Amino acid sequence: MAKRPEGTNRVDFPQSEFFGPVTEIAPSKGWVNLKLREVWAYRELLYFLTWRDIKVRYKQTVLGAAWAILQPFLTMVVFSLFFGELAGIKPGSDIPYPVFSYAGLVPWTFFVYGLTQSSNSLVGNAQLIKKVFFPRLVVPVASVLSGLVDFGLAFAVLIGMMLVYGISPSINVLWLPLFLLLAFITALGVGLWLSALNVEFRDIRYMVPFLTQFWMFISPVVYPSSLIENGLLRILYGLNPMVGVLDGFRWAILGTSGAPGPMVAVSAVVAVIVLISGTFYFRRMERSFADVV
Amino acid sequence: MGDLVIRSQKLGKQYRIGALQKGYRTLRESIVDAAKAPWHLLRRSIRGEGAPEDELIWALRDVDFEVRQGEVLGVIGRNGAGKSTLLKVLARITEPTVGRVQVAGRVGSLLEVGTGFHPELTGRENTYLNGAILGMRHAEIDQRFDEIVAFSEIEKFIDTPVKHYSSGMFLRLAFAVAAHLTPEILLVDEVLAVGDERFQKKCMGKMESVGKEGRTILFVSHNMNAIHRLCPRVILLEEGRVAADGDTSEVISQYLNADRSEMDCKEWNTPEQAPGDSTARLKRVRLLDNRGRPRSAFEIREPVQIEVEYWALDSKQPFMPILLIHNENGVCILETAANHDPAYAGKSRKRGIYRSVCRVPGNFFNEGMFHVDVLVRVLVPRRYFVRESNLLSFRIQDSGSGLSVKGDFPKAWSGVVAPILPWETDIRPLGSAAGTALPRKRK
Repeated sequence: MAKRPEGTNRVDFPQSEFFGPVTEIAPSKGWVNLKLREVWAYRELLYFLTWRDIKVRYKQTVLGAAWAILQPFLTMVVFSLFFGELAGIKPGSDIPYPVFSYAGLVPWTFFVYGLTQSSNSLVGNAQLIKKVFFPRLVVPVASVLSGLVDFGLAFAVLIGMMLVYGISPSINVLWLPLFLLLAFITALGVGLWLSALNVEFRDIRYMVPFLTQFWMFISPVVYPSSLIENGLLRILYGLNPMVGVLDGFRWAILGTSGAPGPMVAVSAVVAVIVLISGTFYFRRMERSFADVV
Repeated sequence: MGDLVIRSQKLGKQYRIGALQKGYRTLRESIVDAAKAPWHLLRRSIRGEGAPEDELIWALRDVDFEVRQGEVLGVIGRNGAGKSTLLKVLARITEPTVGRVQVAGRVGSLLEVGTGFHPELTGRENTYLNGAILGMRHAEIDQRFDEIVAFSEIEKFIDTPVKHYSSGMFLRLAFAVAAHLTPEILLVDEVLAVGDERFQKKCMGKMESVGKEGRTILFVSHNMNAIHRLCPRVILLEEGRVAADGDTSEVISQYLNADRSEMDCKEWNTPEQAPGDSTARLKRVRLLDNRGRPRSAFEIREPVQIEVEYWALDSKQPFMPILLIHNENGVCILETAANHDPAYAGKSRKRGIYRSVCRVPGNFFNEGMFHVDVLVRVLVPRRYFVRESNLLSFRIQDSGSGLSVKGDFPKAWSGVVAPILPWETDIRPLGSAAGTALPRKRK
C-alpha cells in the first residue's frame, strides 16, 4: 500500500489517518453475529487441526486404526448375542440382526465420537486458545470432522458384512450422504453447546459419557424404531435427531421398509435448530474463552 | 492515507478475580446459587457473567496510545502491569471491556513459541500445523519451509517426532516458524528468552532485521538490553495504565528508578526464606563504605564495597558469588566474580556460611543510580543456584571536590564509568627538526 504510485490516492476511501483498512477491536454487545466468513478465511487451519486429530488419534497404539473398526464391530457382536439372540429383538424386516445393529452402530459411533471430542475440544486446546487468535469455531468443527476417517473405515466393514450376508444396497444409497450430514449437524450442534459450557463448567466432561449412554437407549440403535407404532408418538420420538439419522441411514443402505417420513423431517428440523442455537451460544461465550478456560 | 497502524482509545480490560482464582465454577456451586435466585442466575450463567460478589480488577485502564507504520515499540512494566493483557487484546485473543482499538493490517502474535506443537508429530508436520495456527497460508509455508528449517538448524531431524527433540531443538524450531511470520504487525512477548546464548543472539538479529523490513512490532520484555537494542520508543505500563510513553532511555530509567530508592542491605534470617536452592542460599547482601559501614550513597572518589554472605549447603559444587551492576537504563556495566580469589577458584566448597566482599575502587562509576544483581553459580558448566535481580541499589554523586575525573568542570560528565586514566602528552615545538607534526596544506 505504501508503494502505491502517486496520483492513485484519489480513488481511495475518504482520507484516513490509517495505513490501510482498519479493523476495530471493541467489546461486543448482546448476541453477536456469527462471522462465518471469518471461519471460512481460516479453512486451512480447520484442515490442519482435523488432520492433526486424525494423525495423532492412533499414535502409540498397537492396533492403530483397527480400533476404528473394532469398537463398533465388537459392540455389534455383543448386541447380536444379548439383544438379537437372548432378548430376541426383531429388526422388523428380513435383515439379519448383526447387519441391522452394525448399520446403526456405524453412524452412532461417528456421532458419539464427534460429540465427545468436540465437547472436550476447547478445554483440550486451552493452550492454543490462550495464546493465539483464530475463530474458535474451528476447534469443535475439526473435532467432529476428524471422526470421518473412522467412519469411513467402519463403513467399509459394513459393506463387507453386506456382501457376506448377500444384501445389496438399493438405489436409496444416494441419500446416504444426507444422513451422514444430519449426524454431523447433530454432533456438532450438541458439541458446540457442550464445549462452550465445558469451558466454564468442567462437569460437562463427566456428564458426556452418561449423556451418550442414555441417548443410545432412546435412539433406535439396538432396536428398530418401528417398535413405536403410534403415529403421533413416532413424531415425538423424532424430536431426538438421532432417530432420523439412524432410521434414514438404515433405510438408505439396507433398504429397510418405509421411506423416511415426518419423523425424519422432525429430526432434521431439530438438528438444525440445535446447530444454529449452539453456534450462537458458542459465539456469545467465545469472548470469554481465553479468560476462563 | 496516513501512517497510523494502531490507535488505542480509552482501552480497558476487567477481570473477575473470583473467576481467576477458581478458574472455573462447578455446576454444584451454580446449582446452589440457582436455588437461591433461580431465574437471575440462569440468565447470568448463560451469558457468562460472574457472581456479583466476585471482585473485579482492571488489568488495563484508559490505555491510549498510537503506533505508526514501521515503528518498533517496546512495552515494559512490572509483572501484572498489564503488558500481556494488552498484547492479548491487540491480538484479539480476549475482548476489551471498554474502549476500542483500531488496527490497520494483519496482526500476528508471538505470545509463546511452540503453541500448538504436538509431540507426536514430526518437525515438518508441526511446522505446517504451527504455521497455520499462526495464520500463515499453506503456500506461504511451502515457500519459506527451507528457510525455516535452515534457521532452526535441525535439518537432520525434521522428520523425527518432536517428542524426541531436546528442549533446545524444540525451541529453535518453534522460534524459526514464528520468526518467519509475515504479518504487517507483529506482537512479541518475551520469546527471545529461548535457547542457548548463541541462538538468542541469532533470534535478536532476526528480530532486528524484521524491524528494519519496515514492519510494525510491539515488543514486550523484561530484558532492558533487548528493549534498548530493538526499540526507539517505549511505553511503560503501571497497574494497567500508561505511565510513560516516549524515548527508550528516559522511560526505562523512569521504570527502573520508580520506587527503587537506594537499598543498602537485604537480609534473610533462615535458609528456608532465602533465595537459592539446596546448594547455596543467600544470607545477606550489603553495600559498605570504606570503613565497613552500610551505605547507599557514595561520593564518586570513594570505594564501594559489596558484601555477599551465603550458605553453602552442598559441598560438591565449585560455585562462587557473581555480581552484575546495571546503570539506570538497565545497561549492564560490569560482571564480576570471585574467580580470581585463589582461595576459591575452581574448588568445591565446604559447608558453611561464606562471606565475600567485592571492592570497587573510587573514581570508577560515574554519577547516577546503580543496581546490583547477585548470582551464585558455577561458571563452567553454566549452573545457577541463586539469581536475584536488583537486590541492592546505590547512588554515586560528585560533590565537586575536584578530585574526580572531571576536576573543576562544573557540569555533568559523560559516560557510565568515570575512571581517571593516565594521559601522556609531549610537545614538539613548531619548525623543529622533527617537524612532521603538522601536515602542510596543499594548494
